[in-house]
Amino acid sequence: MEYILTTKQLSKYFYQKKALEKVDINIEKGKIYGILGPNGGGKSTLLKLAAGLLKPSGGEITIDNKNPGVYTKSIVSYLPETNYFYKWMRIKDALNFFNDLYVDFDMENAGKSIEFMKLEEKEKITSLSKGMLGRLKLSLALSRNAKLYLLDEPLNGIDPVSREKIITSILDVFNKKSTIIICSHLIYYIEKLLDYIFFLSEGQVILEGETENLRNERGISIDKLYQEVFQ
Amino acid sequence: MEFNNCSPIYLQIIDSIKQDVVVGKLKTGQKMLSVRELAGKIKVNPNTIQRVYQELEREKITFTKRGMGTYLTDEEKIIKLLEEEISDKIIQEFINGMNKLGFSNDKIIGILQEYL
Repeated sequence: MEYILTTKQLSKYFYQKKALEKVDINIEKGKIYGILGPNGGGKSTLLKLAAGLLKPSGGEITIDNKNPGVYTKSIVSYLPETNYFYKWMRIKDALNFFNDLYVDFDMENAGKSIEFMKLEEKEKITSLSKGMLGRLKLSLALSRNAKLYLLDEPLNGIDPVSREKIITSILDVFNKKSTIIICSHLIYYIEKLLDYIFFLSEGQVILEGETENLRNERGISIDKLYQEVFQ
Repeated sequence: MEFNNCSPIYLQIIDSIKQDVVVGKLKTGQKMLSVRELAGKIKVNPNTIQRVYQELEREKITFTKRGMGTYLTDEEKIIKLLEEEISDKIIQEFINGMNKLGFSNDKIIGILQEYL
């Protein structure tokens, strides 16, 4: 099996507070993964470690067999939850910004994606609604030809129409060579996209498995399973 | 396509394709959508569709022409079997439901005759 990301006993502490504790996960190429769990469970911390924005306190994380660094950043497209744009930017500037920053950014695709998301290049980013901003961030993240996409809460605060557009875009970018990891607690909407899930709670993986097998064995949806596990 | 997330999605898609074959919505011998096309159309993971097509091929409902894609069988025998499989399933579900309500098989026959 070829893994694009593996962690061994990966831990992260913020002073006394543990965010991740001895997490072992293996992520195969060509699949869509869901990392699911309540707020504060460690989902975002795990993605930030994979994106190379945080350093592990213990254990190891490798992407394409390398520790996070310049190379891994060049093959990983990370969609953060936060707003990272400058106030003066219009959508066009954000596109150029990404184009300058990443060699694998596909400007043509980005243009199409922006259009599909019903956004206009001349719009000021500060004037965008939350849904529009979410669509823009996703367009940018998915317009890179990355090997690994890390999507942190892509559907948070997104209206139903935007949600469908985002799901379509995620499916469009996904292929045999790419791998997608989605962190979310809005499981209902994304569970049909997921090959495999990890439930993360208090910094530890408390359940994992293939979604179709879990549905088959337990006769309930992943959403329902989540509610049972985390009630 | 709306899914019931409580059972495996690939099984639901298989059932829906079988249904379409039996009612003629999918024509025998016709080319099926590619894995990507179908995944995009019903918005599910392409790996799920891959599994659907593997299963359909295993049941000889579809076959692959190398480099050309997946085609629906034109063997009447298999279509006939499918028809039986689906009607069996509907009848089984109906009988189970009625039995659960406390109807005996004799009574079900009576009710059915009256209804029809």
